[in-house]
Parts: sequence; structure tokens; C-alpha cells
Amino acid sequence: MRVPYKGAIDCDVHVGVPGLSALVPYLDAYWQERVRVQQLERLDFSITSYPPSMPLSGRPDWRPEKGPPGSDLALLQAKALDGFGSRFAILNALWGSQMLFAEDMAAAFCRAVNDWVAAEWLDRDPRLRASIMVPTQNPELAAEEIEHRARDPRFVQVLVLAGLDLPLGRRQHWPMFRAAERLGLPIGVHAGSTYRHPPSASGWPSYLLEDYVSNTQLFAAQLTSLVSEGVFAKFPGLTVVLLESGFTWLAPFAWKFNKTWRGVRSEVPWVTKPPFDVIRDHVRLTIQPADLPPGAAPLGDVLDQLGSDELLLFATDFPHWQFDGDDALPDGLPPDLTRKILIDNPLATYSRLRETVS
Amino acid sequence: MSITELDRPASTDTRLKVVDCDIHPTMREDSQILPFLPKRWQDHYKTYRRNVRQGLHGTLTHPRMQVNRIDAIPPGGGPPGSDLDFMRRQHLDANNIEWGLLQALQPSGAAERNVEFGAALASANNDWQIAEWIDKEPRLKGSIQVTQEYPEAAVREIEKRANDRRFVQVSMSPRADEPLGRRRYWPIFEACERNDLPIGLHVPGFGAGYASTPAGWPSFYLEEHQTFAFIIMGVFTSMVLEGAFEAFPGLKLVLVEGGFAWVAPLAWRLDKHWERMRSEVPHLKRKPSDYIREHIWYTTQPMEEPERHEDLVRAIEWIGWDRLLFSTDYPHWDFDDPRMVLRVNVTNAQRRMIFSENAKRVFRFG
Amino acid sequence: MAARHVVATVDEIAPGSAKVVTVAGREIGIFNLAGSFYALISKCPHEGASLCRGKIVNRVESDEPGRYRVVAGHEMIRCPWHGWQYDIRTGQSWCDPDNIALRHYAVTIEPGERIVKGPYVAEKIPVSVEASYVVVEV
Repeated sequence: MRVPYKGAIDCDVHVGVPGLSALVPYLDAYWQERVRVQQLERLDFSITSYPPSMPLSGRPDWRPEKGPPGSDLALLQAKALDGFGSRFAILNALWGSQMLFAEDMAAAFCRAVNDWVAAEWLDRDPRLRASIMVPTQNPELAAEEIEHRARDPRFVQVLVLAGLDLPLGRRQHWPMFRAAERLGLPIGVHAGSTYRHPPSASGWPSYLLEDYVSNTQLFAAQLTSLVSEGVFAKFPGLTVVLLESGFTWLAPFAWKFNKTWRGVRSEVPWVTKPPFDVIRDHVRLTIQPADLPPGAAPLGDVLDQLGSDELLLFATDFPHWQFDGDDALPDGLPPDLTRKILIDNPLATYSRLRETVS
Repeated sequence: MSITELDRPASTDTRLKVVDCDIHPTMREDSQILPFLPKRWQDHYKTYRRNVRQGLHGTLTHPRMQVNRIDAIPPGGGPPGSDLDFMRRQHLDANNIEWGLLQALQPSGAAERNVEFGAALASANNDWQIAEWIDKEPRLKGSIQVTQEYPEAAVREIEKRANDRRFVQVSMSPRADEPLGRRRYWPIFEACERNDLPIGLHVPGFGAGYASTPAGWPSFYLEEHQTFAFIIMGVFTSMVLEGAFEAFPGLKLVLVEGGFAWVAPLAWRLDKHWERMRSEVPHLKRKPSDYIREHIWYTTQPMEEPERHEDLVRAIEWIGWDRLLFSTDYPHWDFDDPRMVLRVNVTNAQRRMIFSENAKRVFRFG
Repeated sequence: MAARHVVATVDEIAPGSAKVVTVAGREIGIFNLAGSFYALISKCPHEGASLCRGKIVNRVESDEPGRYRVVAGHEMIRCPWHGWQYDIRTGQSWCDPDNIALRHYAVTIEPGERIVKGPYVAEKIPVSVEASYVVVEV
């Protein structure tokens, strides 16, 4: 189904870092020398979750002539922004700085990515917004980058990958949540992993397709962690957005979570409401990929089972190949809900977008 | 829900005999396995005990909030599930069980790092099932426990028991060293297919040495309980994408205690992304949901509890009424009572399928 | 018509414990909480387990993750099967709000309460102590 009118807010568009050499101007003298001496600019910092040449990583008509998918501004403007008539698009960079083991290097490179996005993307198109890429390897350093970058109101979210060293709800991560909550920034959790752990609960899969499908387990585990560890009890103002998560898996997972919680509630007495209700209050999900059979017959039931029309956020996931042509929305989406997904829910989720609008 | 609703029987067919595809017999003490082990392994066991991939010796690192039903403690002593007479009274007779399929989880050898010992434990476990349970109670059937990390021994064990009709399936751990669809386990699948034995995968307690979720190790038992579904989803995905069902068209897979409401969304997801990335897996000749529909069954316990009852019917429709196999998980705490557990509008024919007929088509009882 | 049944002597049920009896065909649990007696029909509304054979536990609350507070005077019976908890004095379950409505239901936490009330109520039985006997009306 096409986006029926202009003005949508695209909550997941991927900006492609062409290579470390593009970031060098944004590094300080020390890191510039490290890059030069170690010849790091020749290394590929693309990530295993999204090898650039993999079909899913770039729809053929969305790939630039040169450079990785998402690295061409004019193409992104034409295809993602103009192509869908979107009012805003939130840029999420998926790049290797979050994979490194050296925390300080990770922090320096994440900062450089954010600087580069601000200067070479946000400055060049007023419709663009971005997420703050943070060094999740060290949540204190991540909090520093959040504090630093939040001074730029065009950064509307904190970006982490779904697969880290520790489950996201662990207290070690709380400095990030504290900073994000204070600044009114959602935490965006994007499909993909740092591969500190096998991408599946049953070990190391053979295929990238298998890794990708297994993101569902990863998102489910992270929601379980966030709720069980009491992140939303501790940070009641925090919102978490699952990016490129899809949504058709959520209700069955949440029913099971509710069921188990009822029996073991005293283990986590700070979870005072059923987990599915906590999720409805604090979690949002982008609609890509819309994992449904052709024709999307189950869509109505799936939407009913979500139990809230505030959960879903529009995204094209440009330039990832989730649909063909203009078919960004699943067939059969009712008009009222379409409007909420395209505009109202994103505005409600990202307070900084509202400030721009008003 | 009021008491009066519960007083109304769930089944209009009160004489329905039930097939229970997941019962856990337990040893009174771990040392009960010793007589079934060769002396060399008896000595080994007494000295070294178990050697699994976790820091605590012999205790799960996520202690269960509860393992068993409190009312399943036998009056004569011993842990729940260790007394056949009491199991008969409290469960087999009381719940009209026609066939009960044993999953004898501990010790099964599947998680044992010393794979020679693991293979010996598995074989001893199978002998114990026969001696203490199956030979004494004709309604009970066994699962052939095998050590999947030692495929040659696993195949030997399967061949040893294959013509013994007291066993109706092969059991191994889904928390294997590698995702279970991978080629190193194919000799086991070949033996199962050749002998027309379904594989029943039950969620295990002990881990495989990697985190129980792709996000890392969970802190709470609440989280750990959620991982059962993730492991089963992982194995499900692996078996399909590795082409195990393409290589072994007669293979049957039974997923035990993993739930089933997640199946349809995962099947949709697999189909959708396989379309995009099928060049990575050219060995698949059909779409994933075709394999899923033909080769995989799911036990019902723990029964899904959607917020709206009718969504349970939808979930079953989406995967097929012929796919579900009733189970109780007796005597564990999240036991499902056959009279109470399916309180939704299903036809008598559908009820019979779930409680009996589907299992009889999958397993060779009798 | 409800009839009165003697189910125990007061000495039989120590404080903090329960006795399960069958009266008029129904299983009942009688609890002694700090010298006061309470009785519940021993059938869990979830899946029909013998509720009163479960463990008596304290109500546990929390001000924030990592803090656990045992609240006196609100003992609960924990169902021996799936662990659902019911306040022994009131029968009120403490697990889940109304789970039938789906769309836009607001979950409210009543002032002064820290846990959402559940939809199920275990059925209370009137109980009194006469001389040294515990009497229920069923």
C-alpha cells in the first residue's frame, strides 16, 4: 500500500558512512595520527549485520553508483524524502565504531560519525534529523556523548544496536538511560548486533539470512531485560523505540511474558503491571519489516492483538530492501491507524520533532 | 472468571482419552542411575559427577522459582515424579491418560562435556526408563536420549533401540554446541528418518556454553523462562534454513515446551526474507513455511494465554489444527490440566485432534 | 443453605500455617494468621489447582529495582501450580488487571496501592472460633 499523502515522518532511514576517511576531518589530532599510522582508513568498518553488497542492505534502485548504500545525499533526498513525501526522516548510521573493543576509539569514532552527520547531512537538508550514535561499550562514555550531542536539537534519539555485551536492561547501562530520560530522548534499538554473542539462542548460525531472521529473538530478549530489570520503573520518562524490528512477533511474546510474570512476580517486585502493559506504555516499533504473508490477511488480527494504536511508527528503512516500488505500508491498514502511524505516533514519540513543528 | 465457570467441564466428551506428550520421570536420588552404568562410569560418576558448561556444580545458575507442583510430592517421599504409583493416581488415572511420553531429562548426558561419559549416561537413562517406568506401566512410552555432540554414539544408541517399541521418539538437547540444523548433526537425523522416529526437543536446563539469548545472559528466572521460546525458535530456524527437511524428507520434529503462538509470525518472517536472500540458501527448494507445515509439531504446554481467548483459536488456525500435541509437563510447576487448559470454542473434532489423534499420527504407540 | 462445620481445633493450626479439609464436597483451606482465622475455597480460578496446598508467602513490594520490601500483615497464598498469589484475608489476586478488554484500557494503580489488583478473587468462607474450635460456614 502506498503512503497516501505527504507529511509522513520516516523514523528509520540509513545514512551510509562511505569510509573512515570521510570522518578523519572530524577527529582530533591524536586520532587523526592513529588513523594515519595504522592505515585505518583503508579498513572496512561496515558491519556483519549489513554487509553492503547483501541484497537486503540496498534495494537496487536505491543504491548509489559509488559508495555504500545510503552514502549519497542526492539519492536519499530524491528517493527517501521526495519519493515518499516525508516531512522528516531520522537518520540512523549502522557502522563499525560500535563493534570495537577499545572504548576510547569507539567513543572518538562515534563522535566523528555524529559530527559528520550534522555537518554533511543535517546542515544540507532541513527535513533531516538523526540519532546519536553512542559507544555502548562504555555506558559512561555513551552518556557523555549524549550530553554533548543533545545540545543540537536536530538529534532526536540515542542509537544502540540490539545485540550488545550485556542485556540492555542491566544496571551497567543505566547511565545512558539516565541521560536520555533527562534530555527527553528515546533510546532507539536497531536490528543488528555487535556479535559478542551468537545471533541466535541456539548458537552461531550459518547464514546471514538466519542471523537476520533471528533478530526477533534478540528484540524479544531485550524487551524482556528492559522490563524485568525495572528500567521503566527507574526511568518512568524513558521511551524505547525498536528499529527495523517488525511487529508481528510482539503479541505472542508479550502474552508469554505476562503469563510467566504472574507466577514469579516476587522475583521482580518493581514490575507492578503486566509486562505487556509496561511495553505499551514505553516501547514503540517501526513497521519495517512488515512480516506478513502476501496479501497481509492476518494484519487486522495482529493489530488488534497489539492492544494499542500508539505503538507503531512509520519507516521506509531506506535503503534496505523491505518492499518494492512504493509499497511502504502493509495492505489493508485502516485510514485512522495509517495517520497515527505516519504522523501522530512519531510526533508523540519524538518530542524534539514537536518542538520543530511548533 | 468465576468458580462456577470452572465447574463447567471443559470437554463435552468426558470420556476423551488423552495422550500426554511430555511427562518427566525423576530419580529419587541421582545415584539411582548407577546400576545402569558400566562400572567404569559408575566410578567416574562418583568421583567427578557432572561436568557441564556453567559455574555452579550441579545447580542451575538461574534457580527456579519453583520446579514442581507442590502437590506432586509423593506421600511416600522422594521428589515429584519419582513415584510411579503416585503418578498413576495423581495423573495417569486421574487425567485419563491413554499414552504418556516420557522426557527423562536428568541425567541424560546431552549437556555433558565429557562426551564419552555423556553417551554412557544417555544409554543408562534409557535403560532406567525401561526398568523403572515403561516395563511397569504399559501406558508409558520412552524417548531415546542421545548425546548430540557425539553423533557416532548417538547413532549407535538409536540403532540399538530403534526396533524397541517401548521408545517412540529420539530426544536430544536443543542447546547444542551448534544450531541443531547444522551438518554435524545430520547423521543423527539420518538415523531418525530411517527408523521413522520423530525427534523431540525439550528445553533443557543446562546451557550450551553461550548465552541463552542473543542479547547475552539474563539475570532473572523470569527472563530465563522466556529463553525457552528463543532456543526453540533458533532450532526451528536452523533446521529449516540448513535444509535438514530437504535432505531428510521423512524427518519429523516435535518441539516440546517452546510454546506455539510465535510460530506463525516467524514463518511469515522466514518466507518474506528468504524471498530476498534466497541466493544465500539455494539448497532450499521450497519456501520455509512449506517445510514448517509438513515437518514440525508443537506440544501445547505451557498453553498460550492471549489477552483475548479467541486469539488462541487464531494462533492454532494459523499453524494448523493437526500441528498441536497435548502435553502436561507433569509434575512441573507450569503444568497444564487437560480438563482446564483449552477453555475456548473448539469443536469436538478439534479437541480430539489436539488431545489424541495428532499424537497418534506422529508417534507409533501401541 | 449454608451449614456450620467444625474443621479443626485452634491448637491444630499453628500461626502462619494452614489446614486443608474437605467440607460438603469442597476443599477448603483454613489459615491462622497471627491468631486470626481465615478460610478460602481451595480452588485456583486459573486452572483449578488445590490453591490452599501452596505456600504462604509475604506480600513483597519495591520502591525501585534492587530493593525488596516484605510487607507484614498481608500474607498471601501462592498457588502450588503456577504461583499466582491471593491475599489470604481478602481473597484478592494480585497479578493482573482485567485481561478481557483489549483496546486502550487504562491500567490504574489505586492511591496507596503499589500493585495492580487482579481480576480473580478466591472465594472466602466465613469462619469463627467457638471455644477451642474453628468453624466454617459452607
